Amino acid sequence: MLEKHGLLKAYRKMREIREFEERLHVENATGEIPGFIHLYTGQEAIAVGICEHLTDRDYIGSTHRGHGHCIAKGCDLNGMMAEIYGKETGLCRGKGGSMHIADLERGMLGANAIVGGAPPLAVGAALSAKTLETGGVAVSFTGDGGSNQGLVFEAMNMAVVLQLPVIFVFENNGYGEGTGHDYAVGSRDIAGRAAGFGLPAVKVDGTDFFAVHEAMAEAVSRARNGGGPSVIEAVAMRWHGHFEGDPMLYRVAGEVTGLRANSDPLVLFLERVEGLVPQEDFDAVDREVALAIDEAIAKARAANPPAVDQLFTDVYVSY
Amino acid sequence: MSIKSFREALNEALRQEMERDHRVVLMGEDIRGGNGGSAGEVEAYGGVLGVTKGLWSRFGSSRVIDTPITESALLGMAAGSAVTGLRPVADLMFMDFFGVSHDMLYNQAAKFRYMFGGKARTPLVVRGMIGAGYGAGAQHSQSPYNIFATTPGLKVVVPSSPYDAKGLLIQAIRDDDPVVFCEHKTLYKMEGEVPDEPYTIPFGTARYTREGNDVTIIALAAMVHQANMAADKLAAEGISVEVVDPRTISPLDEEGILESVEWTGRVVIVDESAARVGFAHDVAALIASKGFRSLKAPIELVTPPHTPVPFAPSLEQAWLPNATRIEAAVRKVLEA
Repeated sequence: MLEKHGLLKAYRKMREIREFEERLHVENATGEIPGFIHLYTGQEAIAVGICEHLTDRDYIGSTHRGHGHCIAKGCDLNGMMAEIYGKETGLCRGKGGSMHIADLERGMLGANAIVGGAPPLAVGAALSAKTLETGGVAVSFTGDGGSNQGLVFEAMNMAVVLQLPVIFVFENNGYGEGTGHDYAVGSRDIAGRAAGFGLPAVKVDGTDFFAVHEAMAEAVSRARNGGGPSVIEAVAMRWHGHFEGDPMLYRVAGEVTGLRANSDPLVLFLERVEGLVPQEDFDAVDREVALAIDEAIAKARAANPPAVDQLFTDVYVSY
Repeated sequence: MSIKSFREALNEALRQEMERDHRVVLMGEDIRGGNGGSAGEVEAYGGVLGVTKGLWSRFGSSRVIDTPITESALLGMAAGSAVTGLRPVADLMFMDFFGVSHDMLYNQAAKFRYMFGGKARTPLVVRGMIGAGYGAGAQHSQSPYNIFATTPGLKVVVPSSPYDAKGLLIQAIRDDDPVVFCEHKTLYKMEGEVPDEPYTIPFGTARYTREGNDVTIIALAAMVHQANMAADKLAAEGISVEVVDPRTISPLDEEGILESVEWTGRVVIVDESAARVGFAHDVAALIASKGFRSLKAPIELVTPPHTPVPFAPSLEQAWLPNATRIEAAVRKVLEA
């Protein structure tokens, strides 16, 4: 169990994700944000429960729904927001966007717009850690939709064959775009299917920070001690659509209302820690985070777009 | 300097770079061979054509990594390890297999640097065989270098001699961008002078394998030798042909090509990749837009037909561009 400092830190990260995403939901309606965004609300306990075990020497690979992973891994909020707005001050100087936010110095290998893209890359990062003896581990995040991709199976098999320090996290958020996981995952059991590759695989409640945190403690310890790869399936329904603007016709009326009322990972977290940390400390975090997101949005809106000559830079190191 | 085969030149390049830099690792199916099973010979393969033979014995399993036959995981592992500190050389075996793994190169490795605002380096090499003429059929005989070269972020190397193979492979390994290194399977036994010490050949520098005044032939890999044969035959008739081997097609030595075109004014481009939207068409467009005023005749292309590579030797030989067809194309541009 985490002490007060650790609890507040984890709560702050989850609150940052919540505030970041809910504000984006509002701001996106202004039309100022180019392209499309995919919000992580409802799944906060997964990213934070996993990444609280990691440091900058560890790598994560993410999904198209990557804002939560970036925040949990320590990416700068202002740099992220500016990137989403397509500004030169963005973490990728406006060339990546929401689906490609990366920060290699923080061990963030990129959100990834290819479904199932992260696991093979995480296998590579784990190979670097093992070969160069950095002591690091690698983590891939993949959705229930991505869990069906062939290259994800290949990645798990490779990690077992080479006994690499990698943890494959499958976030089962109920839907791959507009199709239910109970339709598209043939076995209806992501962890059970993964176990067939010959690695420990557990299924946890993804709205329960402590369940995720505990499962990751075991997996990361195994990876750091030469015990090879693991799988964690964490179940937490997303609150928003596949993308912002998705009318969610595939969900029954009241589904999301029920999630907000009964399955809010932050509320569940606060219930669990009641009495361990004064409520006013959490309230202070809420206020600070709200201000930080205000500032991130204001800075992003005010920043310049990349100059047109930036079109041609950064394709190659040399050409 | 000593005489080495194309295969030996590649092996020497890999060994010397692995000795120089501990971050260079090899990965691929059967680059060692003999893992598991009934425990026969411990380094049973060394690559299906022996290019990596002896490297596992020298460097061990942490640097010469046999993988399952899962090309997506192979190239994904190469991309992920390259962007986090290693310098992997992934052996795709046959370049045709890019079809089952291309996302990790096309959508991932090639784009990291740009998508991440210049903050990533992805120094990986993908080696693989190209080329028809081996009776290998439609899925083991293609030369898809044109497809790789369309992707910004990738560099594409297509060597034609043992000397170039070694120098370009060392350059590829030291290069900080992802490089696709295409080895024509009919060249592995070809011998030539290759220095014993490591050396590099800069990308984007064409080599003139024949110098001449009347016609320029532009060709890659095995087709360079067909072009040379045609040039030598025509020389006996007093027709002076220049043969330009670009050696890398991304980057492409535009100046080296245009200089020769300016000199001769007549052009034949030989290309094993495709009848449509191939390397030949790209170079023809370059010459048409930047060298048009030098041209004395329409550009002639010698490519395969727009069909898959056939199996039967009679059909495969009819499919392949060769010295006879190149010679006919040279005569045609001279008559025009």
